[in-house]
Amino acid sequence: MMKNRQHIKWGFFFFFLPVALWLFLLIVLPHLELLRLSFTRANTGKLTFDTYLAFFKEPIYWLTFVRTAGYSILVTFLVMVIALPVSFYISKIVKQTIAGALMILILVPFWVSELVRVYGWMILLRESGVLNHFLVSIGLFKEPVEMLYNDITMIMGLVYTSMLFMVVPVIGVMDDLDNSIIEAAYDLGASKIAIWRTIIIPHCASGLVNGGIIVFMLVLGSYLTPTLMGGKNSLWFTEQIYNQIILYFNWNQGAAFGFLLLALSSLIIWVILKLTKQNLKEVVK
Amino acid sequence: MIRSLPSSKRYQYGFRLFIILYFIFLFAPLVVTMVLAFNDSMYPALPWQGFTLDWFFGNGPDKYGIFHDQTNLRSLATSFKVAVAVMLVSTFLGTCAAFLFEQENFRFKGALYFLMIAPLVIPGVILGISILMFSNTIGLFIENHFDIYVKFLGPGFPLVVLGQSSFISTIVALVVSARLKKFDHSLEEAAYNLGANRAEVLWFITLKYLRPSIIGGAAMAFLMSFENFNTTIFLVGSQATLPINMYMQVRDGSTPVINAISFLLILGTSIFAVANLSKGNKKIV
Repeated sequence: MMKNRQHIKWGFFFFFLPVALWLFLLIVLPHLELLRLSFTRANTGKLTFDTYLAFFKEPIYWLTFVRTAGYSILVTFLVMVIALPVSFYISKIVKQTIAGALMILILVPFWVSELVRVYGWMILLRESGVLNHFLVSIGLFKEPVEMLYNDITMIMGLVYTSMLFMVVPVIGVMDDLDNSIIEAAYDLGASKIAIWRTIIIPHCASGLVNGGIIVFMLVLGSYLTPTLMGGKNSLWFTEQIYNQIILYFNWNQGAAFGFLLLALSSLIIWVILKLTKQNLKEVVK
Repeated sequence: MIRSLPSSKRYQYGFRLFIILYFIFLFAPLVVTMVLAFNDSMYPALPWQGFTLDWFFGNGPDKYGIFHDQTNLRSLATSFKVAVAVMLVSTFLGTCAAFLFEQENFRFKGALYFLMIAPLVIPGVILGISILMFSNTIGLFIENHFDIYVKFLGPGFPLVVLGQSSFISTIVALVVSARLKKFDHSLEEAAYNLGANRAEVLWFITLKYLRPSIIGGAAMAFLMSFENFNTTIFLVGSQATLPINMYMQVRDGSTPVINAISFLLILGTSIFAVANLSKGNKKIV
């Protein structure tokens, strides 16, 4: 018996040690270092609040921050609005045999690298792009128009790149919704809007929250889509972090920006979880 | 409204039109990218100037296809090496974590579990900069106190692998945990009763049962690493990975060689995705 117990202890450490090393060396300590550097003066290493003061003093910084947060919420909302009917169609309307094929079709584009997908939009939409060529040649446009490098295109790109992370969990919960409940409501004379409002959307809430958290986090932290599709005017906060660290080599300022972004994403995710009375463990399952 | 209920023709066709538009939205950028890889032109744009394979096999003087493009080939090889390393590291860490959290009990288990899932909601950019700063601080410390320069701690291959593994391990852990939850413990007990020790049980019973999920998780780890941009950009040294190399080219204006690479990536990931999905591995995030 004693021998057996020792074996179990040994097994525990075999699993515990690598995981503990991973979480402390790659997650906890780096983030503490990020926090420490954000309060440190570059040359002297003394405590300072200048990095955070600079953020509030320079309108370009905090405006970009607010803009990034606002657009991320908008994108999350748009993704929900599109994902609901798409999921509903695949889960409840189309024949089951076709649903499987459609599901694969939905998944495949998202396995492709974000860069390739954004590049596809660029050659479609730019001034010398495919769409312009098409519209000019059928005579709808007199001359090509630059469709890239504006906020609307950037938002569309962000919706595109993060769509899947909403569709998959929403289809998951939609599949669990018993058809007979919708049938009963229909038989009792409920309108389509009433059915959506009182049955389908409340039932899908957990899937929407799961998807919403992942989409929000991805959009907030995305770099490729805003810089390539929004161009010089995109003003995304991750770009400010990149500039501070790679271009200006001002790591302390970059650390402060990074920490602010982390605080923002944690705060909003926490608020969503509290409002919907869920916890993170359930969400990531 | 749903399959089993009658609905008006207008509703049916309206919904079908919406879904068709959605799929056009999903596939338009990918199809355009792939088609233009075969256009006999110096720019990734219309008009169509005839079919060519030069962007794949061309060997100068004006068109260098992907198979003769040394920079891109080198970055492809780098990405491949990184992805294999990340796959090994994160499959090991993820599987350890799955065992630790599903089969062991210890103090602070909840807190450690929370730490493990945290990387899913930390933007990749922030993981990148915090790991960069932390390893830089350690490197400086060692240099100042022991007068040794540790190349390992500067941006480059090892740091990219560690940085990517920091969050990809979590994904492997979730995939493996999902299957481990359904494991019937009486199988382990039977093996113990027949005289097997802990290591034998682990190897012959539990790991054998987990094999599909470990392979699935490893495949996902490979793909996520291969495509990662946000974390990698801060950790990469002189050897750029494919997404970073492509980003530079796309940003600064590109030739259709990017389309040729994209074509191969789309083809590769589609085969990969369909193979993975047909194995019944429904989980993608």
